[in-house]
Amino acid sequence: MELIHLTDIRKNYGEGDAELCVLKGVSLTIQRGELVALMGASGSGKTTLMNLLGCLDRPTSGSYLLDGEEVTILSSDQQALLRSRKIGFVFQNFNLLPRTTALDNVLMPMEYAHSALSEREGRKRALHLLDQVGLSSRIYHEPARMSGGQQQRVAIARSLINNPVLLLADEPTGNLDSRTSQDILALFQQLNRSGLTIILVTHDQTVANHAQRIILMQDGLIRNDVRDVHTPTAIQPLTALPQNAP
Amino acid sequence: MITSFHRTVRTALRALLRNILRSGLTTLGIVIGVAAVIGTMELGQGSSRAAQETIARMGANNLMIQPGTAASGGVSFGSGTQQTLTVQDAEILSQDGKSYLHSVAPVVRTRTQIVFGNRNWVPTYLYGTTPDFLEVREWDLEEGYCFTDQDVRNANQVCLVGMTVVRELFNGESPLDSEIRINNQPFKVIGVLVAKGANMVGIDQDDVILAPWTAIKFKVAGNSVANVNQSAAVKDDTSQQINTLSQRYPNQSPNLYPAQSLNQLVNTPLIDRRTNCDVIWARGLTGELMPEAKMQIGEILRRNHRLRAGVADDFNIRDMTEQNAALGATSKVMGNLLLGVAFISLVVGGVGIMNIMLVSVTERTREIGLRMAVGARRGDILRQFLTEAIILCMLGGALGIAVGRLGSLVMRWFLHWPTESSLPAIIASVTVSVLVGVIFGYYPAWKASRLDPIQALRYE
Ligand SMILES: Nc1ncnc2c1ncn2[C@@H]1O[C@H](COP(=O)(O)OP(=O)(O)OP(=O)(O)O)[C@@H](O)[C@H]1O
Ligand SMILES: [Mg+2]
Repeated sequence: MELIHLTDIRKNYGEGDAELCVLKGVSLTIQRGELVALMGASGSGKTTLMNLLGCLDRPTSGSYLLDGEEVTILSSDQQALLRSRKIGFVFQNFNLLPRTTALDNVLMPMEYAHSALSEREGRKRALHLLDQVGLSSRIYHEPARMSGGQQQRVAIARSLINNPVLLLADEPTGNLDSRTSQDILALFQQLNRSGLTIILVTHDQTVANHAQRIILMQDGLIRNDVRDVHTPTAIQPLTALPQNAP
Repeated sequence: MITSFHRTVRTALRALLRNILRSGLTTLGIVIGVAAVIGTMELGQGSSRAAQETIARMGANNLMIQPGTAASGGVSFGSGTQQTLTVQDAEILSQDGKSYLHSVAPVVRTRTQIVFGNRNWVPTYLYGTTPDFLEVREWDLEEGYCFTDQDVRNANQVCLVGMTVVRELFNGESPLDSEIRINNQPFKVIGVLVAKGANMVGIDQDDVILAPWTAIKFKVAGNSVANVNQSAAVKDDTSQQINTLSQRYPNQSPNLYPAQSLNQLVNTPLIDRRTNCDVIWARGLTGELMPEAKMQIGEILRRNHRLRAGVADDFNIRDMTEQNAALGATSKVMGNLLLGVAFISLVVGGVGIMNIMLVSVTERTREIGLRMAVGARRGDILRQFLTEAIILCMLGGALGIAVGRLGSLVMRWFLHWPTESSLPAIIASVTVSVLVGVIFGYYPAWKASRLDPIQALRYE
């Protein structure tokens, strides 16, 4: 079943002479339950595409069907509601609220969800998610007292609190060492097996190898789209060098 | 709805607690502003009450009824030159005027020398009156007791003395049970009046001797002071002739007519048994009802004096309205001035809130972006920051009320300034601090809500 259907998405920044085409006509279909890695050189437009997929931004032209619904025509409040209901975000720099416990960080998106969950049910769900990411012993820890990997796991629990259908992760392991990255990726795979659709941006070929499908972007266009997990060598990771990570 | 409000407040409180020192410093402006408003309003209210009490002590609620003006051949002799008021007038006023008058007392005035031992003195006020006079003037006794209605009926020679008299005649020692001589008549001092100080025109009110009016009128004065005026010099007083001492110390008023012989007196008894008095003092129930009190006095006296419609009053009534108004206005102006200053400090506090909220919005740009990314609408962000500002102001207001109340208590206890707790002040400052929160919190909150989520998330 199709979750995402993009047709000829274009995104331009600036106007007139200074106009910059970042996405030059991207068409893409992603099925429910896929784990997709998005790769490409720095500046190729990966983050821009992720922002569009996450309804944080609007394309200059083109159509975007999310779960069968055209989202480019929604008002910003409707987009906000859509984000809170269907999309979870994981960021490279974790973006946890400072001086706020892990539990409260996980509960934060519920404020805007207008969900039917009561206070107590929400709390129960948050505790369950923290347990799922292996942090049941760090519930009341604040970000300053947690390692990077632990912070990222809190962020993943937070992204799942409103039960999204799509998880967008822009370089989720970019700030972590390879061992911790491995942990996080294992977590993603586990979530993916339980039915969650995940798109993650990475510069690291070994990270990308954990996905069933790898999309390579170049200069605002999709250059390569490979579905075979067991043949990662088919992709030439020329440009995917770790030192490019910010 | 309730839960979303609850959540907004909780989120705002958490955000404020995350930086508690800064929140505290931010709200300090509001605390000081509200405390200033409360303090000044309580002080203002207290001092205006104190001023009212002072005015009342100086006789603000007092009315003086004076006899009318004698006129002869177009020449008016000024107020009090005709003897139209009687002690009976005072009695009727106190019976019939209860709805507006607290108390009424007739006064017979005279001015003469008093002697004690080898000292002598001429008091400013030598009043013959009834015990009610102390009620009218709200005057208490320092020691001793007041003379009674019985004393008045029997014309007993007892008296109360004021502090100045005590100082001049008794060297400040207790004069109780001493005997002073007033116009050579022995009067026993039975009480001392508390000090009242000067009145509104600066005359020492403590230079006074009060005695039963019967004793003053029949044994001391012989004549009312009004009789000094020749045109009204009517001898209505038989005590004069009987008192032998008055022959040795003749009355000042010249006799226009030859003295009556005893035979003539017996043959022509005084038909009019009314006894004149020089002035009637009355005290209104409240300051506001003075005009009504004056009207009622006028009606009762006109009826009692059987004045036909169209005939001018044969008396006139004085009160202290103008002085009251002047003093009231002064304290009002002062109060408003203080309040103005206090409100300015509240506004300054509000600007402080705005400043810090703007800093806070900039500092929390990433948080705002994150909240938007997880589904916060612009309205949610606006509401959250506005709630934070309002909570800051309300907490500041509450603290300010406490500090202001404490301050005014301190002023009362240690500086003895008059303060009075004021509910309007509290309501006003709570309203103003919420308003300050809304007004000065709106712009930063609006700014926060206009942020672009992508830019905000990327903000370093
Ligand atoms: N707000 C913007 N205004 C103008 N140009 C922008 C804006 N955002 C991105 N761009 C431009 O769009 C291009 C693509 O940016 P994007 O962030 O999508 O790259 P990326 O593939 O995510 O790179 P990286 O791997 O370094 O994260 C860049 O050339 C960038 O300069
Ligand atoms: Mg990027």
